[in-house]
Amino acid sequence: MSFDDWYRQDRLPHIYCAGCGNGTIINCTLAAVDQMGWKKDDTVFVSGIGCSSRAPGYIVTDSLHTTHGRAIAFATGVKLANPDLHVIVFTGDGDLAAIGGNHFIHGCRRNIDLTVVCMNNQIYGMTGGQGSPTTPKGCLSSTTPAGCAEMPFDLCELAIAAGANYVSRWTSYHVKELEKAVKVGLETPGFSFIEALVQCPTAFGRRNKFRQVADHVEYLRAHSLLKAKSDRLLAEGKPIPEDMFVVGELARRNRPALGVKP
Amino acid sequence: MTRIEFWQGNTACAEGALAAGCNFFGGYPITPSTEVAEIMAAKMPKKGGVFIQMEDEIAGIASIIGASWTGARSMTATSGPGFSLMMENIGYAAMTETPCMIVNVQRGGPSTGQPTMGAQGDMMQVRFGSQGDYAIIALCPANVQEMYELTARAFNLADQYRVPVFLMADEIVGHMREKIIIPDSMPQIPRRPLVKGTLPFKAGADLVPGFPQFGKGYGVHVTGLTHDERGYPAATNPQLHEALVRRLVDKIENARHAIADFDIINPDAEQVFIAYGAPVRTVQQVMHDHPDKNIGFLRLRTVWPFPEFALREFKNVKRFLMPELNLGQMAREVERHVRVPVVSIQKLGGELTTPTELVAALEAPL
Repeated sequence: MSFDDWYRQDRLPHIYCAGCGNGTIINCTLAAVDQMGWKKDDTVFVSGIGCSSRAPGYIVTDSLHTTHGRAIAFATGVKLANPDLHVIVFTGDGDLAAIGGNHFIHGCRRNIDLTVVCMNNQIYGMTGGQGSPTTPKGCLSSTTPAGCAEMPFDLCELAIAAGANYVSRWTSYHVKELEKAVKVGLETPGFSFIEALVQCPTAFGRRNKFRQVADHVEYLRAHSLLKAKSDRLLAEGKPIPEDMFVVGELARRNRPALGVKP
Repeated sequence: MTRIEFWQGNTACAEGALAAGCNFFGGYPITPSTEVAEIMAAKMPKKGGVFIQMEDEIAGIASIIGASWTGARSMTATSGPGFSLMMENIGYAAMTETPCMIVNVQRGGPSTGQPTMGAQGDMMQVRFGSQGDYAIIALCPANVQEMYELTARAFNLADQYRVPVFLMADEIVGHMREKIIIPDSMPQIPRRPLVKGTLPFKAGADLVPGFPQFGKGYGVHVTGLTHDERGYPAATNPQLHEALVRRLVDKIENARHAIADFDIINPDAEQVFIAYGAPVRTVQQVMHDHPDKNIGFLRLRTVWPFPEFALREFKNVKRFLMPELNLGQMAREVERHVRVPVVSIQKLGGELTTPTELVAALEAPL
């Protein structure tokens, strides 16, 4: 891997907490980008607000760190105005699914040629640990002190229903699978959505009984249900355990896409 | 070849933008600005540009900012409710020094208000609507000809000063139809590119940095956070923040003489009207009807940055009279620059100030 070349060395050290999973996701994404053979001059990273959205600031390419929730809308302008550019969006669960939910579904519907990588830590990390639309039911956060009472979004189901060409989910444990998924996303014309569940020891882990970073990563691994296994359970009429989430390639299709260079 | 048309104001705006080389329109339909988007939808693809109808006005302005960073001359058009939604990203454009053009065909507010009626209620919002201190440029057309010409000029100003520029029209001017003379071509002043090797947010004497277009190898990081001259976040540095914000304001305020566009008529008069947008037409009617009254007139096309120096041209003025389709928003700005009374002639409801109302104000005892 030569993802090192894609980092701005003069921006280090970074702002992420010790044990944060975001760096893993950024590494996997850059490794996939590097394998594409794309030139740095032709690649643009766009983001909104939050921990995930600081990522483009550490990458040497042109990058647009925008307003909360709006990254996909900004990226749409970049891509349509210059389809020669490869445009990748870094986002998080709060940025994408709460304030930016509308832009997310419309990006999928347009099937605009972007690759969106969501670092889903299931909490608002940067503002100190408030509940997000993906905080699991019962989990503690500073705004759900008695446990989250709401049902979380399934971001991948949302992307599939809204029309994205490629949808995949992995975790910070599954680095090789994630890297491959991002690469397929980059190769696929149209809207590609890759959700990466990540540990957030500072805001999520310490409130939810993950005393060590590794405990949380192990939780993500143990509660990942491979797509093939999930399909088998469904075919056999067996229930999928409520605390499990499906990982793998969840959609891959060839709907007409917007912003693809003719 | 110069030609004559009979156009609606909004048509003139869209055509003026195309004549100015606008090649990206991202927006959301809203009365009374929708015709601008409709014309762009029909004509832009034929010119090789991009038209996209976004999911809301927030996305509309986001898309034009994104497009601008690839070098596009980009614009959106909206009215009050959509304008309110755009405020956060307008601040982002100001902070990141993104050239873009925003048309606001003003209607009666607050809230949904009067979608089909004219107003000038957004004159303070355009200047101060997004959080923090910043500066913008706002132009006000009073007729269909100016809808065309000021739109075209707005793109040049946006590129020259790297700032969002606003065409603050109103429903009356946007929907009226009148004669327009189409010039052969509109002058286009291109964006000054960043000199390679220069820091991307380091400005020279004019306080405007060169533009590091995406895809050209600059590797620029653009952020709405307080940033240093490299473009890197530096949000906790007090001196750097103050210097940045002061530069963003000064680059516009210092250039206000060059940006200003106004007419001074009868500078020796004792009673002087000041108007912009549709009420200009009422003042013109009164001056036409009462040549004996020796009326002075400051006719503004640039409203922000406010050309306060123009007020000093009226040496004998005893009072300024300012008709506006709001509760005296710009009259308040004039008041802080002059020592004589400023009579705010206010009109709400959607109809234009009448000549009778202006004559009554003229004849009121000094």
